[in-house]
Amino acid sequence: MKKIVLGNQEMSCQSDETLLDALLRHEVAIPYSCRQGVCQSCVVRSLDVVPPLLSQRGLKDVQQKQNYFLACKCYPEHDMEIALSQQASFFTEGTVVGKALLNTETVLLSIQCNDALDFYAGQFVNLQRADGLTRSYSIANSRLHATELTFHVRRLPGGRFSEWAHGDLQIGDTLKVSEPQGLCFYLPDRPEQNMLLIGTGSGLAPLAGIISEALQQGHTGDIYLFHGSRDREGLYWIEEMQALQQQYSNFHYTPCISNGLVPDGFAQGRANDVAMQALPKLNAWRVYLCGHPDMVNQTKIQAFLKGASSIDIYSDAFHVTPDLTPSSATTTIS
Amino acid sequence: MSEEATPTKATLYERIGGEAAVNAAVELFYRKVLSDHRINRFFANTNMDEQIAKQKAFFTMAFGGPNTYTGTDMRNAHAALVKRGLDDSHFDAVMEHLGATLQELNVPADLIGEAAAIAESVRNDILGK
Ligand code: HEM
Ligand code: FES
Repeated sequence: MKKIVLGNQEMSCQSDETLLDALLRHEVAIPYSCRQGVCQSCVVRSLDVVPPLLSQRGLKDVQQKQNYFLACKCYPEHDMEIALSQQASFFTEGTVVGKALLNTETVLLSIQCNDALDFYAGQFVNLQRADGLTRSYSIANSRLHATELTFHVRRLPGGRFSEWAHGDLQIGDTLKVSEPQGLCFYLPDRPEQNMLLIGTGSGLAPLAGIISEALQQGHTGDIYLFHGSRDREGLYWIEEMQALQQQYSNFHYTPCISNGLVPDGFAQGRANDVAMQALPKLNAWRVYLCGHPDMVNQTKIQAFLKGASSIDIYSDAFHVTPDLTPSSATTTIS
Repeated sequence: MSEEATPTKATLYERIGGEAAVNAAVELFYRKVLSDHRINRFFANTNMDEQIAKQKAFFTMAFGGPNTYTGTDMRNAHAALVKRGLDDSHFDAVMEHLGATLQELNVPADLIGEAAAIAESVRNDILGK
């Protein structure tokens, strides 16, 4: 018999019983359907031990790395502490050490954390103000900088957090920083795999983190970045990305503008459409998408129809939440 | 009844390759469906990851594998589509893609026939007849 801890609840799991059965026996409200490892509705996460191999079959590699597993295929081998959904637990404290405009609507915020964060490039954290106001932001740097994190904060009209970050927040102020979260990140295990990254607006942040991580890790496959906005003003880091392209022959950068005048060196059109026209096939590619939910959903299907496997498509959609609702588990920009 | 366990024939789901076969079939099938102008409107405007999970359910069921769906569930799952005009021609298109997908995966013809028969058996439920 193994001991299972879920929040402040302690349960037993018999040796001939799956974790799902044990949870149901203890009347835990966990979604499930097939009980056979097919539907993946019963996915849970181990917070301490590595879950049994069989219980991770069919999950994305990023999920496996984060100890997600299927409760219906798990006969626990040890006592385990589990979580049902992804909840940010601890906050460390961070001090603002840099604040600079990237363009008229986006500020680059650098935060020095008291504790080094163990994150993957592309993940996000929750930032919390002293009064509890919390928003999620993607980490824009690679793992080289484990204590100094950078974020791209776009000002949204009426967005309490972003207006405060653009206005009152000063260098030297402190914020709480959550544990890193999210499944849209880079793993170095397939360095030869071609990668396509498409971002709109401040969706560049996690993609920039992923790109610098991949290049530092010696990624050999081609890396294509398409960064889009309505107009030239909405883009940023253009020179930086061009310089990176000069430095690494496998990195290809296309800034895209969907409205109005398109200067030399920029592509005309939405970033996802430009990308799909430029790249004939995406078989065996890895695809990262970040930005407006409509763009993300549409591009997922475009990439899939071009041959990318759904397991290789990673995304973080922005959910612009009205200020009254609590921030959701996925990246919230406000 | 004899005490001896009668050796039962392995289920179609097992013979066809179980979960691995479902996973292989789903993406091929879903690409075909999304590219087919006769039926892709039924699948448009939805979350792709959720749709892929539902296609897995579709194949698990067509392979006679473990699932908890009843005829009534199938009626309910497709009722909104019937309101939007789902009819036999669309059902036939799906059957076509099911067959083509399994052929591409080199599934033997007799097993394809068994899977098609299972899918065919829920036609009236799917079409709300
Ligand atoms: C050939 C027999 C068929 C079988 C065995 C079958 C089976 C299934 C199953 C198991 C689900 C998942 C239900 C759920 O968990 O919500 C589903 C959903 C769905 N099916 Fe079918 N299906 C069949 C035919 C069709 C046809 C002919 C169409 C349209 C051309 C269709 C379109 C859909 C759609 C769009 C959904 C998702 C509905 C939603 O989003 O809730 N199916 N089907
Ligand atoms: S219940 Fe379907 S995978 Fe566990």
